[in-house]
Amino acid sequence: MTPAPSAPLLELRGVGKDHGSVIALDGIDATVRAGEVTCVLGDNGAGKSTLIKVLAGVHPADRGTVLLDGAPVAFGSPRDALDAGIATVYQDLAMIPLMSIWRNFFLGAEPTRGWGPFRRFDAARAKETTRRELAAMGIDIRDPDQPVGTLSGGERQSVAIARAVHFGARVLILDEPTSALGVKQAGVVLRYVAQARDRGVGVVLITHNPHHAHPVGDRFLVLNRGRSLGEFAKPDISREELTRLMAGGAELEALAHELERPGG
Amino acid sequence: MAVFTFFAVQSEVFRSPRGIANWLDPASTLGIMAVAVALLMIGGHFDLSAGVMTGTTALTVGIVATELGQNVWVAIGAALVLALAIGFANGWLVTRTRLPSFIITLGTFLMLQGLNLGLTKLFTGTVTVGGIDDAPGYAAAEWVFASRVQVLGAEVRVAVLWWLLFTALASWVLLRTRFGNWVFATGGDEVAARNVGVPARRTTIALFMTTAAAAWFVGTTLAVRLTSVQANTGIGQELIYIVAAVIGGCLLTGGFGSAVGAALGALIFGMTLLGIPYLRWDADWFYFFLGAMLLLAVLANRLVRRYAEAARR
Repeated sequence: MTPAPSAPLLELRGVGKDHGSVIALDGIDATVRAGEVTCVLGDNGAGKSTLIKVLAGVHPADRGTVLLDGAPVAFGSPRDALDAGIATVYQDLAMIPLMSIWRNFFLGAEPTRGWGPFRRFDAARAKETTRRELAAMGIDIRDPDQPVGTLSGGERQSVAIARAVHFGARVLILDEPTSALGVKQAGVVLRYVAQARDRGVGVVLITHNPHHAHPVGDRFLVLNRGRSLGEFAKPDISREELTRLMAGGAELEALAHELERPGG
Repeated sequence: MAVFTFFAVQSEVFRSPRGIANWLDPASTLGIMAVAVALLMIGGHFDLSAGVMTGTTALTVGIVATELGQNVWVAIGAALVLALAIGFANGWLVTRTRLPSFIITLGTFLMLQGLNLGLTKLFTGTVTVGGIDDAPGYAAAEWVFASRVQVLGAEVRVAVLWWLLFTALASWVLLRTRFGNWVFATGGDEVAARNVGVPARRTTIALFMTTAAAAWFVGTTLAVRLTSVQANTGIGQELIYIVAAVIGGCLLTGGFGSAVGAALGALIFGMTLLGIPYLRWDADWFYFFLGAMLLLAVLANRLVRRYAEAARR
């Protein structure tokens, strides 16, 4: 099937998800296009992680439809989503610290050679490819044999992004890639997000930091308590509006009022 | 190396080819198990039932061959099926319930211990199964599992060769196959491994079945070599396997270790076990020595882990 030229890579229509009797997510509409960054913003408990899990195939959606290239899909497992080209990079679970960079890079998709019982992990090719792919993303790794645990947080995120891009991810979901990082490291990671975007990947960037989202994002989906506060294109919203919306606007004003000194 | 030098300098017999063959023997049966247990530990789990399972398989070989009057090879086959079933049950329970494997296999351990004794008494009326060498097919089984081969002028038990073969095989699987990569990943961080598409559950079950298969091999070797089996065979060995694997560099928390290391751990165990009597020391010192080795190994392992995690912050 060839996608209609106007169909977005990934589209959500009225997606909802319940955890028991709790409505975790309801009526979410969103679009992800190739070569664009869609940011999902929200405070803690806004439903960001539930949304990731629906997109990554961890949980199926209870309501609404997920469209891939304009056709409805239902992922039964993370493997299904991965096979469809949707790769997820989790915040702190992306890598195995005690394993080397090249082993991590190909984990779950190891290149092999030989046949039958002699089929083996092609280590030479894996090391070479790892070095090349990281260089292509502008990541300077001293030695692919060093354990991932010796890398900094930003470097690890970058390796995970490079890995997803290498394995033909068309949609890349990044779960809070910058939250545990300092300003400088976060900047490095955002640069790799932009790299991935420029290579034609549709990026979903999940974050609670509008200062990280605004410069790199093309459209913004703001969540609050499992509901969408709207999807905005970049020209329609400023960083300040985004911040205000995210913090729950009216709520924040009420809070400010409440905290004011009495008789002040 | 240091252990070898220590005993070799002190004792003439220890460094003679005959002496070497002697201490290689306990190292070999222990080593086959230690290598399998090391794979399991790298995969992040323990198997406390591994020791008693060597007894279960040995008894199965004995009972099927003598009491049920079958060919020895039929008995060995039945024991293998049983071992793989127990290994599968261990792995399945651990992956299903997500309880620590320590507890699950402790349960299996106690159950098997009871079954070994109960069923042996039921079949034979005593606590031993004997006369395996009278069953048909014994000669061929003896050749495979319990013969002796000439290596450099010394008679070495064939188990030593099997041990070397299994160590090489395990090492190759661990370092050069997809499955090996999955073992490291599952033990290192199971959730992360699952997220990138590693079949962590299947890997874990396969590891438990590997350990069970190793227990079958060692159990069969014991049954065929001794031709009679005590109902309490193998009890207490499970901790020795873990000790050997840890001395060989396996982390208790999983995700790190090697098959060669575990084989060396078993070698050190064998040298110490026979080296102490060669020096005419009291055998009681053996456990002291083993404990000291274990502590040293754990301290060394901690350094490795520190190194790997140091630069994270």
